[in-house]
Amino acid sequence: MDKWSLMTIAVLLGLTVRWTISLGSYSGAGKPPMYGDYEAQRHWQEVTYNIPIKQWYFNTSDNNLQYWGLDYPPLTAYHSLLCAYVANLINPDWIALHTSRGYESQPHKLFMRATVFIADLLVYIPAVIMYCCYLKETSTKKKVSTALCVLLYPGLILIDHGHFQYNSVSLGFALWGVLFLSNNWDLLGSVAFCLAINYKQMELYHSLPFFCYLLGKCFKRGLTGKGLVLLIKIAVTVVAAFAMCWLPFCTEAEQILQVLRRLFPIDRGLFEDKVANVWCSLSVLIKIKNILSPQTQLKLSFAFTFLSLLPACIKLTLQPSLRGFKFALVSCALSFFLFSFQVHEKSVLLVSLPVCLIINEIPFMATWFLLVSTFSMLPLLLKDGLLLAYTGTTLAFLTVCTASFSIFEKTSAEDLQLKSFSLSIWGYIPWLKPFPKFVKNLFLISITLMGVLSLMSAMLNPPQRLPDLFPISVSVVSCLHFLFFLMYFNIVVLWDSRNSRNQKKTN
Amino acid sequence: MRSDTSERFSLAGGGYVMCPAIQASACVRRPPPFERSRRAHRFPSAHAQWRLSGPVRAGGRDMAVAAAGGGSGGWFPALAFGVSLLKCLLIPTYHSTDFEVHRNWLAITHNLPVSQWYYEATSEWTLDYPPFFAWFECALSHVAKYFDPEMLVIQNLYYASYATVLFQRLSVILTDTLFIYAVRECCRCVNGKRIGKDLLEKPMFVLAVLLLWNFGLLIVDHIHFQYNGFLFGLMLLSVARLFQERHLEGAALFAVLLHFKHIYIYVAPAYGVYLLRSYCFTGNKADGSLKWSSFSFLRITLLGLIVCLVSALSLGPFIVLGQLPQLISRLFPFKRGLCHAYWAPNFWALYNAVDKALAVIGLKYKFLDPEKMQKAAMTGGLVQEFQHTVLPSVTPFATLICTVVSILPSVFCLWFKPQGPRGFLQCLILCALSSFMFGWHVHEKAILLAILPLSLLSVQRAKYASLYLILTTTGHFSLFPLLFTAPELPIKILLMLLFTVYSFSSLRTLFRKNGPLLNWLEILYLTALVPLEIFCEIVFPLSPWKLKLPFIPLLLSSVYCALGITYAWLKLYVSVLTESATVRQKAE
Repeated sequence: MDKWSLMTIAVLLGLTVRWTISLGSYSGAGKPPMYGDYEAQRHWQEVTYNIPIKQWYFNTSDNNLQYWGLDYPPLTAYHSLLCAYVANLINPDWIALHTSRGYESQPHKLFMRATVFIADLLVYIPAVIMYCCYLKETSTKKKVSTALCVLLYPGLILIDHGHFQYNSVSLGFALWGVLFLSNNWDLLGSVAFCLAINYKQMELYHSLPFFCYLLGKCFKRGLTGKGLVLLIKIAVTVVAAFAMCWLPFCTEAEQILQVLRRLFPIDRGLFEDKVANVWCSLSVLIKIKNILSPQTQLKLSFAFTFLSLLPACIKLTLQPSLRGFKFALVSCALSFFLFSFQVHEKSVLLVSLPVCLIINEIPFMATWFLLVSTFSMLPLLLKDGLLLAYTGTTLAFLTVCTASFSIFEKTSAEDLQLKSFSLSIWGYIPWLKPFPKFVKNLFLISITLMGVLSLMSAMLNPPQRLPDLFPISVSVVSCLHFLFFLMYFNIVVLWDSRNSRNQKKTN
Repeated sequence: MRSDTSERFSLAGGGYVMCPAIQASACVRRPPPFERSRRAHRFPSAHAQWRLSGPVRAGGRDMAVAAAGGGSGGWFPALAFGVSLLKCLLIPTYHSTDFEVHRNWLAITHNLPVSQWYYEATSEWTLDYPPFFAWFECALSHVAKYFDPEMLVIQNLYYASYATVLFQRLSVILTDTLFIYAVRECCRCVNGKRIGKDLLEKPMFVLAVLLLWNFGLLIVDHIHFQYNGFLFGLMLLSVARLFQERHLEGAALFAVLLHFKHIYIYVAPAYGVYLLRSYCFTGNKADGSLKWSSFSFLRITLLGLIVCLVSALSLGPFIVLGQLPQLISRLFPFKRGLCHAYWAPNFWALYNAVDKALAVIGLKYKFLDPEKMQKAAMTGGLVQEFQHTVLPSVTPFATLICTVVSILPSVFCLWFKPQGPRGFLQCLILCALSSFMFGWHVHEKAILLAILPLSLLSVQRAKYASLYLILTTTGHFSLFPLLFTAPELPIKILLMLLFTVYSFSSLRTLFRKNGPLLNWLEILYLTALVPLEIFCEIVFPLSPWKLKLPFIPLLLSSVYCALGITYAWLKLYVSVLTESATVRQKAE
């Protein structure tokens, strides 16, 4: 079968799964007074359509910021406005100022689902297809199976089409950025990434690798000659892209400051709900939130984040390579997720996206990580009534990955990209020799643990004294996994020597 | 690397050489020695094949198993598990009144004694399937009570709590295991000679996808809601058993199937004639004609015994209770109209359309008297009798005659020119299609009865592949009106595209050497389905005709699909009849 039929089939499968998920429940369905993310998105449509642009981010009598005030960058607001125009064509009640608060109906749900579906179809899916088609040194079949696995990644599908958000837009733009950079179109790549940041500020998790990669590239060309020109070009492009996105707000400094204040709410605390990051997991033992002042918390989290992502960034700046770039994206995003301030459970998607990109290089580890990342959002998904969808998509993803990459046969040190690391360390720790079997067992234990915890969270009532027992154990277990993955990805990044790659090429 | 077609697939072995089936059967069970020697008389050439391929066969089987199990780590379980997960994701979708029908049957069989099953009429959806299905519902109901006992109350009409939906949907998904097993057995009948080739281009793999991921079955069972999966499983399993030369088992399975759902009686002639001709008569004359002396009384007695035993098990209790007439009146409700509310795309749809067209023309040019015409709303609304205005009205008896007449040639062909199991399969498909074309009150879903068995043939020869593409695409398209709710619109379109893209590209790859599968006219016809769908689903509801002529989309799509299905039916008939003629010439 030719490449395009296979690719079409992969995409159609991804789309079918997306739409079946979207038939289910969404965040905050029928839960007044605050509802959930679905209502937030609808409310943004209402606000952007009815209120002049100068007041979008300000608290006014028509715009109560306490009720799902706009706290995403301008592109999201423009997108809401666009959707609002369409909504107004179909049924003006959906976005009527004040009266539409908490509006829920079957046709409206269909409309909202369709907007996510179309955004996904226009931004994220083409990026995935293009990315997989441009993979080098891979057979058609591998390309298609990579695309299929990426498109079936349950986390993104469940959050966007189940829970209700538009992550696929920002992630899609970031992916376009990676795609352009890997084809050496640095300026287009920067523009795409600027769009991503301006759609969702969370994309800053990816900004350091982008920055370091481009900077390293300029260094490589010589900072006095071509490199400087490139640097200036990139800088101008980025500033121009930002200016374009922020144009309506550039009239007054107060406008910009207010938007920034909305985007980075420092007073919200170290973490929210039950997140699988270090701070939340530590709070099982020590109540950090109560001991330290918010200012100290901020500094502490900043210091840890900075330290944990420093090695990968330095390495990338000194030796910019495409492969290193992708791995650095993973490890930096993971550092941010684990250590930074005010992290949501959904932010793990920012780590998952770059992991999806390397699924064809390290299928075993990538599959494992993607499963854990979906699992870490389980409490949220259960709250939204997406248990069936969660189970179905996760199992489907595992099946597809197992069938198309035969992951269980790829657990040797070489397959995990640990060859050079293991060579340097096995001299000291000889008992690590039966490595593949060890890793495989670890994987099976982890899968079983996740399965059992999922079942318990879904079926059992927690003991009365510990109402949060299951969500907390889910986040602690996932956090331990993530720490392990952080270590692993850093090792891969740091031990990735040119020699080993050159050897491969000569072979 | 591509060998000639007849060599490539075991099933496709032409003439009387039954090596394919024998080969397949050998994988499973070796017949006792006396059977083997008898077969030698019947098929001199097959005998040589049989002996020669003895040890080779075992090796071939190992290789086939290795290909199935190895490669990408067990593709068959992955395919089956994958589609089952998709079915699970379809649980929250819309379900039709058939959901209530089955809930009601659960309640009836759970609460009432057997003697009242076929009399109970609280709900309008009375029990109208044969007894085995009632027993099946009865068995299910004992699990259902752990999900939600309320669904088992007969008076709870249209009860659909989440637990009820979950239970009913899961029961369909789980009973589909039988279908999956049957598909596996069918895949084994297609030999995987081209080992070492790309997995995606193996006939076995293609067949497995075409059956497991069949669009029609997915939407009819898992969205619309019915239990066709395991019933088709029984049918495919019995077909596979016939291919494997396990005739008695095949006959028994089919008899059981008939007592689950009587619609399969349409294909019973194929079974009857095939078993009589190729099983009860153990040999042929040299020129291939029937050798009367080879009739085996033992075999026909065994067959009769099996059929009687199964029927006794099923109908016995009701005969003892003296309820047989009541049961039959429930099973064959001739009070319903010629066509279902939505016309199945068959001959009668064309007939009705012509009648309607004549009526309109007649009114316009004053041929007809408007006073005498009845203003009958045609499609849409409840099941009702449709009055023809110009052409003569059709009685159930007339449709019966038409059906029998259209089935006869295929059955004669099976009797006079037996071509082994492949001939049987052709006849089965022709029976299914002919009865679909001319039957009384045919549902559009009945097209699956032809599509699924045709999948088996489609991976073997290019001409069947092209037929299959026309029949499935039109047949599946005609299922679209089953799902008319807005949230399910994207699902049906996506799934249909998925299946159609796969079937076209995989079959084209499989028969790359044979040139294009479809001619330009067929391609044009199939492509026109796209604008038709856009018109019916998007343009029409927005246009002013929606209120005046609400039946137009259904009428258009059923008439348009009827053209394609009639074409496929005629083409298949012609190909079967002419093919056997050439075979006979060769024999002479």
